[in-house]
Order: sequence, then structure tokens, then C-alpha cells
Amino acid sequence: MTFDVLAMQAFTGLSIFTILMLMALGLAIVFGLMGVINMAHGELMAMGAYCSYGAARFFENFAPSMMDYYVFVGILLAFVVTSAFGFLLERGLIRFLYKRPLDTLLATWGLSLVLQQVYRQFISSKEVEVPTVSWLQGAWQPTDGIALPLSRIFIVVLAIVTAAAVYWLLFRTRWGLRIRAVTQNRAMAGAAGINTARVDAYTFALGCGLAGIAGSSFTMLASTGPTTGQHYIVDTFIVVVFGGVESLLGTISSAFIIGQMQSWFEFELSGSMARASILLLVIVVLFFRPNGLFATKVRR
Amino acid sequence: MSNINRRNFIKTSSALAAASAVPFPMINLRSAEAAGTVKVGILHSLTGTIAIAEKSVVDAEMLAIEEINKAGGVMGHRIEPVVEDGASDWPTFAEKARKLLERDRVAAVMGCYTSASRKAVLPVFEKLKGLLYYPTYYEGLEMSPNIMYTAQEATQSVIAAMDWLYKNKGKTFYMIGSDYIWPRTTIKIAKYTLKKLGGKLVGEGYYPLGHIEFSSEINKIKAAKPDVILNCVVGGSNVAFFKQLTASGITGDKQTILSLAVSEEEVSGIGADNTAGTMTCMGYFQSLKNPENQKFVKAFKAKYGQNRVTGDTLECGYNSVYLWKLAAEKAKSFDVEKVVAASSGLEIDAPEGKVRFHKSNHHLWKHARIGTFLPDGQVNMVYESPLIEPNPFPKL
Repeated sequence: MTFDVLAMQAFTGLSIFTILMLMALGLAIVFGLMGVINMAHGELMAMGAYCSYGAARFFENFAPSMMDYYVFVGILLAFVVTSAFGFLLERGLIRFLYKRPLDTLLATWGLSLVLQQVYRQFISSKEVEVPTVSWLQGAWQPTDGIALPLSRIFIVVLAIVTAAAVYWLLFRTRWGLRIRAVTQNRAMAGAAGINTARVDAYTFALGCGLAGIAGSSFTMLASTGPTTGQHYIVDTFIVVVFGGVESLLGTISSAFIIGQMQSWFEFELSGSMARASILLLVIVVLFFRPNGLFATKVRR
Repeated sequence: MSNINRRNFIKTSSALAAASAVPFPMINLRSAEAAGTVKVGILHSLTGTIAIAEKSVVDAEMLAIEEINKAGGVMGHRIEPVVEDGASDWPTFAEKARKLLERDRVAAVMGCYTSASRKAVLPVFEKLKGLLYYPTYYEGLEMSPNIMYTAQEATQSVIAAMDWLYKNKGKTFYMIGSDYIWPRTTIKIAKYTLKKLGGKLVGEGYYPLGHIEFSSEINKIKAAKPDVILNCVVGGSNVAFFKQLTASGITGDKQTILSLAVSEEEVSGIGADNTAGTMTCMGYFQSLKNPENQKFVKAFKAKYGQNRVTGDTLECGYNSVYLWKLAAEKAKSFDVEKVVAASSGLEIDAPEGKVRFHKSNHHLWKHARIGTFLPDGQVNMVYESPLIEPNPFPKL
């Protein structure tokens, strides 16, 4: 293997890591705080992707000169729309099911099917084309042999900014303090005067909004269609479960480990074999650490 | 029904049972052609992953049925389509095929897209003596007495494409595909062909259906520096594959990339920018210049919208209905065996030009066509083979 390929592979690992992290952050927060297994996470990412599509179409038709900046509008719109949807979803459906975790699983899975069919009926049964803005097309070439796709560099930056923002929100604001309090001990937090229902709703909305951001930015790499979410959901779950469901740091490290494994396995093996090997390794690790890599130790 | 008691219930139910036991098969025997209509089944995925590809095939088949009905039907019988949803799920396909044959008693079924769904319905059609028209290019190695194959098998696409590529584009190949029966078999055939020609395979990779991360594979391609990339990736993964190829600087103007599962239809999702300059091998392109095709494209756009495009599978679906109609008229019957017998050597003026059924193997004589995608998503044809004899079991 030449140095050029080695460098590009290292970048690929970094890129997959940030992609997985961006996918999993929202799910990890919702899962960790409320124990809600949101099977519709993938479809919320698809919703974010469709927001990007909508923004692209709008700019194309009404402000073609601003087309280069639509990507930011798309991401913002995706966050606003999906988090608003998440808020309504929590108030209208999820909160009635808190005591029945298996039912939330079924309800959100049903919701994912409904959303897929809604996209299929009202937008298009086919994939829609979301154009990549001109300044993110092509690759950055530090040397002749090395080409690093600009769209991936953008996602790396976006993921790091998003993760930093989430960290700041959770650990540096009063609102984050409340979320952490509720996560650790719901009853005591309620007794101390925290409105846990409100915290739940806002956190769920935040988790969904993060899914929207992820979905919106992934339009640069992959397809946008009714079943797009299905392509993301399995990876997202693996990352969250592997990392330990109550730990944000765990999610990030697990995204890193799986990202590195994926890039190198895919390089050495065929794609399907790489995937099977990763799943096998995850199973082995979960066998010895059933709560994931970074489970918080609590007495149960 | 207020006075249901046991005696009444026994009386009526036994009468019903007796009534249904005796004349049931007689009532339903000819329902496929009752009252001046003839039922034809349409069996594709309207929901689920593959709906992306199959929904527009249904559109094309419905267009053909509408045209035939407008022109007086088949031997005076109006075609009554019975549409069933296979839901991208193979057991569902088998179940719906059984329903179409047993309950609706359809004269023929236009259906299936993936090889997996065809394999699932095949035993049902053979057992119940139904007739399936299968409108998708596939890997060959099959010939059921109850299926008519109206698209290309392997020798009419991949082998023709390999011959042409080897002669015109280069000797080293990199092959990549989705991980299921069609890409696996197609690449196997391509590898044999390449070996026979004397070329060299420098790499191959398979990815699960729906995979969206190709950057490691792209790095491998860069390291291997092939003359030609043969792409058998299917469905949504193609969007990811092409976007990521373009982003890393591998584009159609610098590198020969030939896709076997990308038609004009898929390009609208991938983005014409990303496919411009890459090649495809199909039996039909929307840009073909002949009166039949112009009529077809015009009618399709008039019915479904000006921004819709036609493509290979759509056209084969459209042809299937006409091929069945002609065969039934030639046989003067809707009987499956007679229709199949009448299909032998049957010729039609299709949008892709004249095609005709082989004397015995249920496949069509077809042209293989290779073209380059233009920035508007249409195809500029660069090579057209003469009519190729179908050979579903090629000697490799």
C-alpha cells in the first residue's frame, strides 16, 4: 500500500467516524434519557434529507444566485422541522408509553412505516435528487495522489461542531443540568422541582433535531428516498448499543471504533464480509460487556 | 337476521355448503373472460425498497392496457387489470401470485422485478399453470414453461458489454456489485468472459443492498488503477456510489465506468451531474429514434407528466402486454398453453425496434445497446449490436 492510499484510508476512517457519530448522537440522547427506543430515528433523518431537498428546490426556483448557500438553510430547516415534529410526537404519542418500553418500540416502528409511506405517496416513490453545492463538489488535493472529498470534510467539521454544541448544552447550561439530573434519577429530580415532563419533551425534540441535521448533511453522500432511513438505522443502533446506552462519551468512542473497523475491513475484505465481521466483533464484545463499552455503573 | 337459532343456522349453513361444494369450479372456470372482459394480473412492489424501480413499470403496463382497451381490446374483450402489491417481500409475491391465479383466474400476469421475487413465484406459476411475463433484465440460467422473459438475459447484456469494452476501452477491469443473486451471477459471467478474452481482473467487491459507504472501495479502485469499472450496484446504493465517486475525482470523462443496472430512470435520483460521461448497457434508451418509440414516449409523458422518463424495464413491461395480446390473438384463445405455443417466433414492432420470441426458449431476440449518459440524463448511443439470439444457458 502506498502512502497516498494510506492517507486516504485514514481520512476515510475519520469520515466514517464522524458520520456514525452524527447519526447516533440524537438516538443516544433519547435512548439514554428516557429509555425510549426510537425506531423512527432513520425516518427522521430522511425527513431532514427531504428538508434539504425542499430548500434546494426553493433556492433553485426563487433565488438561484444564493444557491451556493442553500446547504446551511437546508440544515437549519431540517433541525427546526424535525425537532418540532419530535416535540409533537413526544406530546402526542411517546409520553403515554413511558412505562411500556416494548410498546414504544412497536409504536415508533409503526410510525417509521407510516412516515415511509407518507414520503412515498406525497413526495415521490423514487429517490429525489439533492444537488451538492458547487463549493463542496470535487476534492481537496494536498498532493497529486491524495484526494479528499470536500463534502466529507464538510461533514467532519459539521459533526465536530454539533458534538461540541451538544456537549456544551448538556454540561455547561442549566438546561443540560436538568437533563442529566433526570437521566440519573427521575424521581429525585422531580422531587427537587424539575419539571420532568417538560425536560422529556425538549430532550426528545433535541434528539430528533439532531437526526434531522444528520439526514440533511448526508444528502451529499447518499440517496434521498422513502427508504433512506432504513439504510441508517441499523448502523445507528449498533453504535449506540455498542457504546453503552447511557453514555455520550461511549457513543462517540464506539462510533470511532466502528468507523475505523469499517474503513479497514472494507479495504481488506469485500464489503459484505466486512460488515459481517464487524457485527461478529460487536456480538463478542457485548457478550462480555452486555451494557456496552462505557456503561455507567449503577446498583440495580 | 334477528332470529338466528340453532336449527336455522344448521339449515342455511348446510345449504350454503352444498351449494358451494358442487358448482364452485364451474362458476369460476371462465371468470377470466366473463362478460366481454379478460383479467390480467399486475404484480409488482408498490411499497417497500424495490417500489422505487417497480412503480413505474406498473405505469408502463397500465398505459399499454389502456391503449389496447381504447383500440377495442383483445379479440373484443376489454382487459381488466388486477393490481397486486408484492411489497418488496418475496413470500408476499408468492402469496399474491396464488391469489391472482386461484381467485381472480387471470389469463396472464405481468410482474416481478428482482430475481428473488421471480424465483419465489415460479413454483406457483408452474403448479397452477399460470402465465407470467417477466420484464426485467436478469442473469439467465432459467427457462420455465410458464414464464415469458421479455428483457435481456446475460448474453444480451453483460457478455455483449464485456466484448465491446475489451475491444474499445481496455484490458484491466474492476467489478463491483450489490450482494445478491443478480450481481453475483452477472459478475461471475463477466469474469469468465474476461478470462476468455484475455483481460485481467484487478479487483472486485460486493456490498449489501442499500449500503451507502463506498469510500474504502473507491480507495481500493484508486490503488488498482483499472481501465474499466464494471458497476453492478443496484438501487439506492448507486446514488451513494456515484456521488462518492464524483466527489473523490473519479468521473466519466476520465475513467470508463459501465453500469449494468442504471437506466434513465435511476439517473433522476442519482443526479445527471454525477453520471454524465459514464456508460450503460441496456436494450432500450428513451433517446432511440424511431416512430414506435416516439409514440411510446409521447403517450407515456402525456399520461404521467412531462418530467417523467422512460427506461429499459418500463419499455419491456409495456411490450409484455402487447406480446401477450398478439399471442392470444394468434392462438385465438386465452388458454395458457395455446398462448405460449403461439408466442414461438412471434414478432412485434416495439419502441426498441423489432423484437421476436425465440422458437423454443421463451426469451426475446434483442439488441444490446451501449451508450454514454449526457448531462441531461439522456443517453447517447455509441454501439448497437445486431439482434442477439437469446441463450439463457450460455457455455462459459
